[in-house]
Formats: sequence, structure tokens, C-alpha cells
Amino acid sequence: MLRLIIGSSYANTIVVDRAGKNKSIKRAIVSAQPGDTIRIKPGKYSEGNIMLEKPLVIIGENYPVLDGDHQYEIFTIHANHVTIQGLMFINIGVASINDLAAIKILDSKYLYIRNNRFENAFFGIHMSNSSQAWIENNTLQSNVKVEHQVGNGIHLWKCNHATISNNRIKGHRDGIYFEFVTNTLITGNRSEGNLRYGLHFMFSHNNEYRDNHFVNNGAGVAVMYTTGVKMINNTFEHNWGASSYGMLLKDIRDSHVKGNRFIQNSVGIFMEGSSRIEFTENTFSQNGYAVKLQASCDANNFNRNNFSGNTFDIATNGSLVLNKVNSNYWDRYEGYDLNKDNIGDIPYRPVSMYSMIVEEMPTAVLLWRSFLVFLLDRAEKAIPAITPENLKDDFPSMKPYDFDKAGK
Amino acid sequence: MTRIVKYIFYDILRTRFILLYTAFLLVSTIALFQLDSDPGKVVMSLLNIVLMVAPLISIVFATIHFYNSYEFIELMLAQPVNRSVIFLSEYMAVAVSLCLAFIAGVGIPMLFYGAGSTGFTLLFCGVVLTLVFTSLAFLASVLTRDKAKAIGIALLFWFYFSLIYDGLLLWVVYTFSDYPLEKVTISLIALNPVDLARIIMLLRLDISALMGYTGAFYKDFLGSNAGAIASVGILLVWVIAPLAWARQIFSKKDL
Amino acid sequence: MISIKQVNKTFGKLHALNHVNLELTSGKSYALIGPNGSGKTTLMKSVLGLVVPTSGEIYFDGKLIARDWRYRDKIGYMPQIGRYPENMTIGQLIDMIKNIRQQDTLDEELIDAFKLYKMFDKRMHALSGGTRQKVSAALAFLFNTPVLILDEPTAGLDPVSVELLKEKIQDEKRRGKLLIITSHILSDLDELTTDVAYIYEGKLHYNNSIEALKAETGEKRLGKAIATMITQKQLIDSINA
Repeated sequence: MLRLIIGSSYANTIVVDRAGKNKSIKRAIVSAQPGDTIRIKPGKYSEGNIMLEKPLVIIGENYPVLDGDHQYEIFTIHANHVTIQGLMFINIGVASINDLAAIKILDSKYLYIRNNRFENAFFGIHMSNSSQAWIENNTLQSNVKVEHQVGNGIHLWKCNHATISNNRIKGHRDGIYFEFVTNTLITGNRSEGNLRYGLHFMFSHNNEYRDNHFVNNGAGVAVMYTTGVKMINNTFEHNWGASSYGMLLKDIRDSHVKGNRFIQNSVGIFMEGSSRIEFTENTFSQNGYAVKLQASCDANNFNRNNFSGNTFDIATNGSLVLNKVNSNYWDRYEGYDLNKDNIGDIPYRPVSMYSMIVEEMPTAVLLWRSFLVFLLDRAEKAIPAITPENLKDDFPSMKPYDFDKAGK
Repeated sequence: MTRIVKYIFYDILRTRFILLYTAFLLVSTIALFQLDSDPGKVVMSLLNIVLMVAPLISIVFATIHFYNSYEFIELMLAQPVNRSVIFLSEYMAVAVSLCLAFIAGVGIPMLFYGAGSTGFTLLFCGVVLTLVFTSLAFLASVLTRDKAKAIGIALLFWFYFSLIYDGLLLWVVYTFSDYPLEKVTISLIALNPVDLARIIMLLRLDISALMGYTGAFYKDFLGSNAGAIASVGILLVWVIAPLAWARQIFSKKDL
Repeated sequence: MISIKQVNKTFGKLHALNHVNLELTSGKSYALIGPNGSGKTTLMKSVLGLVVPTSGEIYFDGKLIARDWRYRDKIGYMPQIGRYPENMTIGQLIDMIKNIRQQDTLDEELIDAFKLYKMFDKRMHALSGGTRQKVSAALAFLFNTPVLILDEPTAGLDPVSVELLKEKIQDEKRRGKLLIITSHILSDLDELTTDVAYIYEGKLHYNNSIEALKAETGEKRLGKAIATMITQKQLIDSINA
């Protein structure tokens, strides 16, 4: 009762309906007081660019369609306390200079972008210089086939304290793109079939990525120049191609990669210039290369991970290796366990001789799967000569770890 | 010619070796399909059979068969029959029975479990390599009168194309690694039917993504119509050239 | 019918045939004689095209035989050691050769005479040397060819079969066929042949009718005549040397 009185006296609800009195969202916004709610009835609204500069709640009923006519950006928000919910955005304009977006947020705080649908948005949600935002349960899909005609799904620049959760992003350039974004939680999202990266961030420290699914993206996931990344229980799957990676780590430091699953990627993790990253309880399965560890990486620690069905377990391009790989499970391990403590008695060397040769002379890849390569790898196993002496697992696990059971 | 082929064919079937070979292929292929549910991976494992086993069995069997047929050949040569006809009949009978064994042993399980177009490429490569190594076996057989020596030459052929050649290739790549080698290596690959078949197969499988720039270059070349025709053409040359040479020697051979 | 002109054959260092010239005419029966390894079999195989001469030419009915094969239609050949696909039975073997030569008129006299019918389902590898010879002989005469080349035809045969075969050869000789026969048993050749060619170390040393040879040497029997001819030759050679 009290709420109702307060609601009616301090916050009005304006209904916008194609068939009713208020036909225009734009005019409704102009006439609304800060804190009002605008309810939009189903129908199609083509009103070009809509500026939003006061705190408002905009709620769509049954997904009214806001059409950008292949020409306009739809909402440009420059206000705190804005909610956008239940709308369907289509046909955002494509521009090469401006990053036109379905929802663009500038210098704002306390934003809720929930349950919206985006089809063929150039950029979906584009936020800069903002904080305290919740971007939840949105569905973004683009059907463009060329990279330069589509923008990123969720794009954040210089933001902090945001939560990006349970969104589904498909067919954009980058699914989720961060630059200078800090203290943000990214969880439960599914980024699939994007033309470039499923997730792409730079200079974005202390963010946490949890339970996300990155599937079948053009070049997988690329993260760069960042410290304090937490990657937990994500899945990187089917990122397959000549320059595609489950996850590309470039200059990443002091981070945790735990409980993730890397499945059927041409390269599970490619890392260069990265240090002090703890990789634990990850599963690497059926990748071309599970891990490509460039010699520029140091003090990384691979511990208690499962490696199975990968063409190459670990590849590296130098003989000096300052990283540790201990207590992992390797399906290729052929050693024995005399004292039955589940730890193999002889070390496992995850780097094959042939992968070293290919790193040295890429053309040698043409001998792949030949009898010669088979023999070379066998010989190297017996008498190690080329592969890095100290890159070995001294305590290989005899059995794969059961992470599902441990987690529950 | 068909009459003579028929007699040789009958003779080959009598030895039961071909049936054993078929059974071996059948069992291995079915076992691979049972062990792995992903047909793509099975095709990958089958590649080893195609590249190693089929050539080895073909070349050894064909050489032994040729020597075991010496009496028959001698008998035929005293009859009003053309030498080339006898020689080509021998080739036809041996090659057809080996190919049928391969197609039955590998192809039938593939059809059953479903291996798609890569499976078809694999069968094609297997058949072509069988033909190539049967030709090489006939060449080894006419080069010498001594059975043991001929088997030695045959094994040497196999060893050369399966291993030694790749060693030389690696050496070339190593020595000239500062130069762009793609065009050179692709022609070097063409000089070895086993390598050529292997590359054709690798490019058919999506693992070619792991082959980097070299892989992309090969895919571009061999994936084009001209490249596909050229590679099939080169494989056919590998079938015909040793056989034609062997026939030439055989037509002047004393028996 | 068969002209051998300037034929040379070398096996490595061995000069198996050395400028051999020989005319073989229809209606005559030739005894090809010489010690072991003198080149008799090589000469026969050259005529058959089994051995390809290093140089020189061989004509059959006026046509060069090199690269030809149809002329073998007119030749029946009995090898010294008959080598046959070991897995076949006698019946299958004979059927196969018939099938390949595709000739309507067959002469199965020897198959009957040797009673080969009884052994038709015996495999070749189970045969004795003598039976094998019988099969070779039966095959050589099977197609009623105008030329018969018989390499040691009687070797390994039992006495009864030798007589049967000799009779058969005599018959064919009377029918005016061209016969070329080698044998170590010279008394056999005395009955079976009209002419003699003597080969020694790849060279043709003598070629004339048996009558003429006997007259020259004054011997009655072929064996003696040849022995005398050889001694005479050696004597002449030693004088010349």
C-alpha cells in the first residue's frame, strides 16, 4: 500500500503503445520525470537515435521492436540509475568511424541492462567510463559474415565494478570486449561463433571469469597485458583454425586458471610473455596442441591438470624452460608405479621431439604423421637429446583426476 | 588376356594369402572403429595402415607372387601369347586382388560405421599406393633373377619411400631453413607417392589447421582444381612409370 | 622354314651362342648335338623367343620373330625340365593350355598312349619326373604344329614310354614336320633324325645330313660318326694352332 502510494506520487508510469495515446518512446522520455517508468507495448518503433539523460526505467512488454533502420544508434545513455529491460533491438546502423550501438552508455553509474534481445546490432552494448553496471540475460545475435561490418557484442572501455552474467552472444566481431576494465565479474555467459574472439581483453586487471562457455569462435579467446585474472570453470571448446586458440595469453601475470575445460581447440592455451600463472585442475582434451608455451614465459605452474587425447601435449620453442609441470595426468605416460601410490615412478616429458623440430623449422610440418617422425619421437623418448631437459613432470599421476567429484 | 588373368587370379586365391590379408584389414579396421567412436579419428589411425602396411604387404606379396609364377610365365611364353599380355595380366591379377582385399578390408567397415568423404579419400589413397607398390614389386622382380635379391630390392623400395626419403627431406628442410621452401618441398613431396598420399590425407582432415603456414600453402595448392588434378596425375605416373619400365625390361628378358 | 642368322648370345662373360648361322627346312628332322653347356638349349629357346639374342636375327617363314609371337602357334615345345604351376592338376593344366591356344583340331594321341586321363586330378607338385615328361610331351604334340622342338624328349621316361614317344616322333617325321631334337642318347637320334647340327662352346661346328656325316667318317652308327668327326676336328685345330 505504502509502496503503491509512493510509486504513484513520486514515480509515474508512462505507457507507450503504437495503438494508444503515446506512440513515441522519444516523446515519452522527454515528458518523463527522473525515476519514472516507461512501459512499451509490443509493436515496432523506428525513432532513430534516442537520447536518455535522466534516470528512467524502460520496460518492454513482449519484446517491442526498436528498429535502427540500418542507420542509427538506438539508445545513447548518459545518466545514472537507468534500467533497460525486455526490449528487442534490430538493424543498428553500421559505421566505420562511430561505434554505433543498440545501447551506448557514457559516463554513467548504476545501470541495469536485462533480458533484452539484439539482432544484427553493429555493437550490442557499448559502455565507456562507467561503473556499477549489471548486464544480464541478454541475447545478442548477428548474421553478418564479414568482420568489418560487425562490432562487438558487449564492449566495455574504462569501466569498473560491472557484472556481465548469463548473456548469449553469437556472430559478433568479439563476443565480449574489455579495455581498461577492472574489478568486474563475468559469469555464465555463452559466447559462440563470433568472427574474431569470444572474449578479448587488454589492460583489464583483477576481473573474474567464471562458468562461461566460449565455443567455436574464429580465433578463440585472447587476453593481453593484464594482471590478476581469475579464470575459473570456463569451457573453451571447438576453437579450430590455423590461427585459433582456446585461449591466447599474452603478457598476463599473477593470475589463476582453474577448473577450465579446453576441448577440441587447435591450440588449447597459447602463451607468451606470461608469468606467475597457476594452472590447476584444468582439463585439456582432444586439442591439437594442449599448451604452446613460448620460451618468454616463466614461473608458471601447471599442477594437477588432465591431459588426454591431444595431438601434442606441450610445445615450446626454446631449450631454457623456467616453468613447472608437476603432478599432472598425461594419457601418453607409459611409466610404471611400483609402490602403488598413484604417482608414476619415472618422469614424463610432455614435449615431443617432433614438436621441437617444427618450432625450429615450420616447414618440417610436412613430415607430420610420417614413419620417420614416429621413429624420431620414439628414439627421443629413449634417449632425450633435443627436448628441454628440465621440462618434465616428476610426479605424473597414473590416473586422471576426477574434478567433477572434487567440485561437488 | 582375360583368360590369362582369370587363371592367375584363380592361382592367387588358392594361396589364401589374400584372404588372410583381407581378414587382417577387416579385424584391424573394425577394432579401431570399436575403440574410438569418432570416425574422423579412426580415419587418422587408418592412415598408418594405408601409408605403411598396404605398401609393405603389396610390394612383398607381389614380388613373391611373381617368382612363384615363373613356371606359369615360362609355360605361357612358349605359347603363342604376347609377352606384354602375359606381363600385364600378371600385374592386373595381382593388383586387382590386392586392391579388392584393401577395399573389402577397410571399405566395408567404413561403410558400416560411416566415415564420409575423408574415408573415401583414404580408400583412394590406399588403392593408389597398392597399385604403386605392386608396380615397384614388378620392377624389383624383373631387375634380378634371384628371388631373395628381388625381395631385398622390394623391401629397399618400401624402406626408401617410407623412411629414407623423409630423412633426406628433413635434411633439406634443415639445411635450407633460411629460404622459403614451400614450392620446393611440394615438388619434393611429389617425388614420393607415400608422402603425396599422406599430405593429401592430412589436408582432407581438419587437423591441417595445425600445419601452420606450410599447411595453408599446401591446402591452397592441392585444394585447387589444378592442384587436385596434378596430384592425382602424379600418383598415376607413379603407378604407370615403374610398370612401363618393368615391362620394357621383361620384354627383353631371357627365361 | 627357320633361318638363324649371325645369332650371338652372351650371358655376362659367357658366350653362349657365337655367330650361329643355321637353316632349318620343313620335312627335315634335326639332331642338335653338343656337350653339356654348349648352347643347344639356348639356341632352342632363342627360336622360341624365350631367350632374346644379343645380336643377329631369326626368321620364321621369312618373318623376323623379334617382337612377334603369333608364329609360336606353329611350334610345339617340349622343355628339358618341364616347369608348371605346381598347384594345378594335370587336367587343369591341359585345359588351360587348350583354352589359351584356342585350336579346334587337337592331337590327343599321346594323352591316350601315356594314359594321362587316369591321372587328370593329380597336382603337378605330386608328379614324378617321368610323369612330368609325359605331360610335357603330350602338350608339345597336342596342337598338331608343323614345327616340333624337343629338348631331351626321352630323358627320365620308362622304356615303354620311350618307345611310345619315339613312335610318335617317327609318325610326325613321316608327316613332313620340321623337328628339332636334342638328346644325349645318340642311338635314339639315329632313328629319329635326318640331319645333324653340332654345337660346341656356342659355335656351330658341323651341319649336314646324317648320311653325309656317315659317309665322311666312314662309320655306320651316328654315335661313332660324331666321335670320329670330333677327333678329326680337334686334330685339325691342333695342327692349325
